[in-house]
Amino acid sequence: MTDATHGSAADKSVTTDPSGPMLAADGTPLKTSLNRALRKQKRRALFLIAPLLVFILVTFIYPIGEMLFRSVENQIVGDTLPRTVRVLADWDTEASDIPGPAVFSALAKDMMVATEEKNHTRLGSRLNYEASGLSSLFRKTGRGVDDVGEGYTEQFVALDPAWEDPQTFIDIFAGPRWLDANAVYDGTGPRPTFRLAAGIGEVLPQTASIYRDFARVVQTEDDDNPAEEEPWNAVYLALYEDLQAGAVIPADMAHADMLNAAQVAAASFTTTDVLADFVSFDKDWADRDVWRIIQTYSAPYTTGYFLNSADLQLTPDGVAWRPENERVYVTLFIRTLIMSTAITVSCILLGYPIGWLLANLPSRQANLLMILVLLPFWTSLLVRTSAWKVLLQDQGVINDLLVWIGVVADDNRLALINNATGTIISMTHILLPFMILPLYSVMKTIPPSYLRAAKSLGATNWTAFWRVYFPQSVPGIGAGSILVFILAIGYYITPEIVGGTKGVFISNRIAYHISTSLNWGLAAALGAILLVIVLGFYWAYDRIVGIDNVKLGG
Amino acid sequence: MTLKTTLAATTALTLAATGVFAESHAAMSNDMTIVSWGGAYQNSQLKAYVEPYVALHPEVNVVWDESSAEAVAKLRAMNEANNITWDLVDVEAADGIRLCDEGLAMEIDVDEALAAGDDGSTATDDFGDSLVSDCFIPQIVFSTTVGYRTDMVGDTPPTDICAVFDTETYPGKRALNKRPLANMEWALLCDGVAKDDIYDVLATDEGQTQAFAKLDSIKADTVWWTAGAETPQLLADGEVVMGSTYNGRLFSAIAEQDQPIGMLWDAEMLDFDGWVVPDGLSEERLARVMDFLKFATDTQRLADQAKYIAYGPARASSAPLVSTHAELGIEMAEHMPTDPANATNVFVTNYGFWSDYRDDLDSKFQAWLAQ
Repeated sequence: MTDATHGSAADKSVTTDPSGPMLAADGTPLKTSLNRALRKQKRRALFLIAPLLVFILVTFIYPIGEMLFRSVENQIVGDTLPRTVRVLADWDTEASDIPGPAVFSALAKDMMVATEEKNHTRLGSRLNYEASGLSSLFRKTGRGVDDVGEGYTEQFVALDPAWEDPQTFIDIFAGPRWLDANAVYDGTGPRPTFRLAAGIGEVLPQTASIYRDFARVVQTEDDDNPAEEEPWNAVYLALYEDLQAGAVIPADMAHADMLNAAQVAAASFTTTDVLADFVSFDKDWADRDVWRIIQTYSAPYTTGYFLNSADLQLTPDGVAWRPENERVYVTLFIRTLIMSTAITVSCILLGYPIGWLLANLPSRQANLLMILVLLPFWTSLLVRTSAWKVLLQDQGVINDLLVWIGVVADDNRLALINNATGTIISMTHILLPFMILPLYSVMKTIPPSYLRAAKSLGATNWTAFWRVYFPQSVPGIGAGSILVFILAIGYYITPEIVGGTKGVFISNRIAYHISTSLNWGLAAALGAILLVIVLGFYWAYDRIVGIDNVKLGG
Repeated sequence: MTLKTTLAATTALTLAATGVFAESHAAMSNDMTIVSWGGAYQNSQLKAYVEPYVALHPEVNVVWDESSAEAVAKLRAMNEANNITWDLVDVEAADGIRLCDEGLAMEIDVDEALAAGDDGSTATDDFGDSLVSDCFIPQIVFSTTVGYRTDMVGDTPPTDICAVFDTETYPGKRALNKRPLANMEWALLCDGVAKDDIYDVLATDEGQTQAFAKLDSIKADTVWWTAGAETPQLLADGEVVMGSTYNGRLFSAIAEQDQPIGMLWDAEMLDFDGWVVPDGLSEERLARVMDFLKFATDTQRLADQAKYIAYGPARASSAPLVSTHAELGIEMAEHMPTDPANATNVFVTNYGFWSDYRDDLDSKFQAWLAQ
């Protein structure tokens, strides 16, 4: 079918073979030849725009994508507390008790590593977004966690002083590759990555895992040699647990005799209550809600930030509204949309007559007017906004003038600033050129003779304008509106200065979370929602008005 | 051809020069980027310790970056990009704690890194309570307090903080910080909560509700500020009858600009401002920063800073050395938030409380503002 239609158009220039596919002059099928030519053309075009494309990808799309990705990213919990998260997965959040000793033992090891790597306070800040008090919980715990398990250390050492010797642990846990590399390490560059001895992970799984972390931290954080550092108390804690769990020590293992002796003795060791240790750091560890939050937010990806952006929260029982006195984002989104619409409408009302004047005045006056439109456009945004502050305030120029004429009483001056009115007035002024310029360029192309023709056919001034002129200027209104609306919806600095509390936008909250609260996940979620809203409006606009009707000029 | 040769020659020369240069000064970098707040405060730092330091070490080139307001966010971004371009950053204590928590600032052993006090005390004792974090080296003590228009309060100028909530005696607008900090404490204090109980009460839902209820009584009369310079401006314009801001701002509005403004010291909120060193500096840069830090935070230098701005030195040993204003010649000691006459009723910002409750109270505060 396609071939036939092509054929009729290409008949004259191409040799045809009625029985087969159409062929080009060189005998290849026309379709292939055409495709090849097009492909070549496309490749050349792509090659020409490649620098711009790469530039946009690297400096625009990639950073934005990465920032938006933070709105769901939540690896910090699993990365900082890997053992705890694994054990905690079995804990029933509906249970009336806090998790058992296995979780606390895992937490002791995770917190030891996290504290040494200084990650624990970062995790505390992250979880503090969900519940107050978790930040200090982790900070307090970090200060004491290195003592957890000290009782076992002392008992191992009392049993055999060789347990105090770092070399003992190196003999048991270090693999030959690391031993060789470490022996020749000359103090420059990074230390060789620690590797465990083969098979040790099966014999003493907990101890091997924490010892590997110990060796890594000693090397990277302190730049020391693990062969010269006494292991953490957490290592002895793990060793005690492994031995008690019935580890089978192979006879050919290093220090097998020591381990066997320790295993026998461990059965009668005085035990340490790890849970009690943690509760002594902060009683919140005995609080079930703390554990529910850790478990709820232990997944590597979370919808928590997006829910927060909609005044919802993720609880172990599912999604729920936030407390009424914390709901702020839905209000702000709605306000942002309503006020942006108001600004767009005022821009149309003010910009339309100016656009008409620009397009219809003799060029001398039109040029002067154009400069007046552009002059504020070239002035710094901050200067213009600050000027509005001087004009609008209670003791400002506008109020003084109104009091002087007697329109308002001196003790009842108009509140024009630090509220929505202030934001709408100053933003309308600031965004007005973005409305006037597209309007002007469209109106410039409407021949004045149309209006004259309408009138000569008996139309009134109004009918001529409304039925003939206005429909032709709609593409200009469309282009201006979409520009002004999209700019307004993401505006930040003007609402911040003149908006007070009732005239600020969602972008002010995004800025707050980026620069002050450091809750980048929430900022990213709010930003993503804003982006989707803008794209939604763009799509709706395209469906209703048609994006082809938008004209910025010509 | 000639161009190529010239280029090659220049490159070779530059490389050689850099090589020699780097070798002879391998111990310390000669460039140092200091981040501060700009304005009068940065000027006081320039005059009190940066210029004297450069006079001693003429090879050092100091670059200023006025980004302290966004320091936390920018340092985090630098850390993620693994490209730390700042050497020394001036931040408020709360931000210092935050940066330390995030692992973005370096922990510093003050006794090892800083000079002992002139009176022989160790650095730890000399700085005392101002050492609020392991990463934070305090320079100054400032306070958030209230200023008022002397010509708008009638014959009875306010003497205590609760005047802020007394709209009958002092009608007119107030300017308050657009953050919960200080406002919540003052609200509870003026609602009858004992000063020692305030943070315990504020940690409970009922206490927060109580504070918001008190703030509700002046909500309609309040202009909320985000920058410390706004309140003096609003007072000067007669837009507000009273407002909270930093004491140094009020000092310059009163003493330097001669505005009809008076100030309260009652229930001032003491806070600290100081240095943090970003984590991950190269050895040469770190050596230079630590050398500067030792000089810039010694007893005399901190006392000198008070000549240029009305903030108290963080070291106890500097207090007796505080002299007169560099231009006005007035005694500065009596304008310090730590002066015994002023510090009769002070709050020391409870950083532990605020780092835990900041997010929570902030979202409640913003929701309250939006209602």
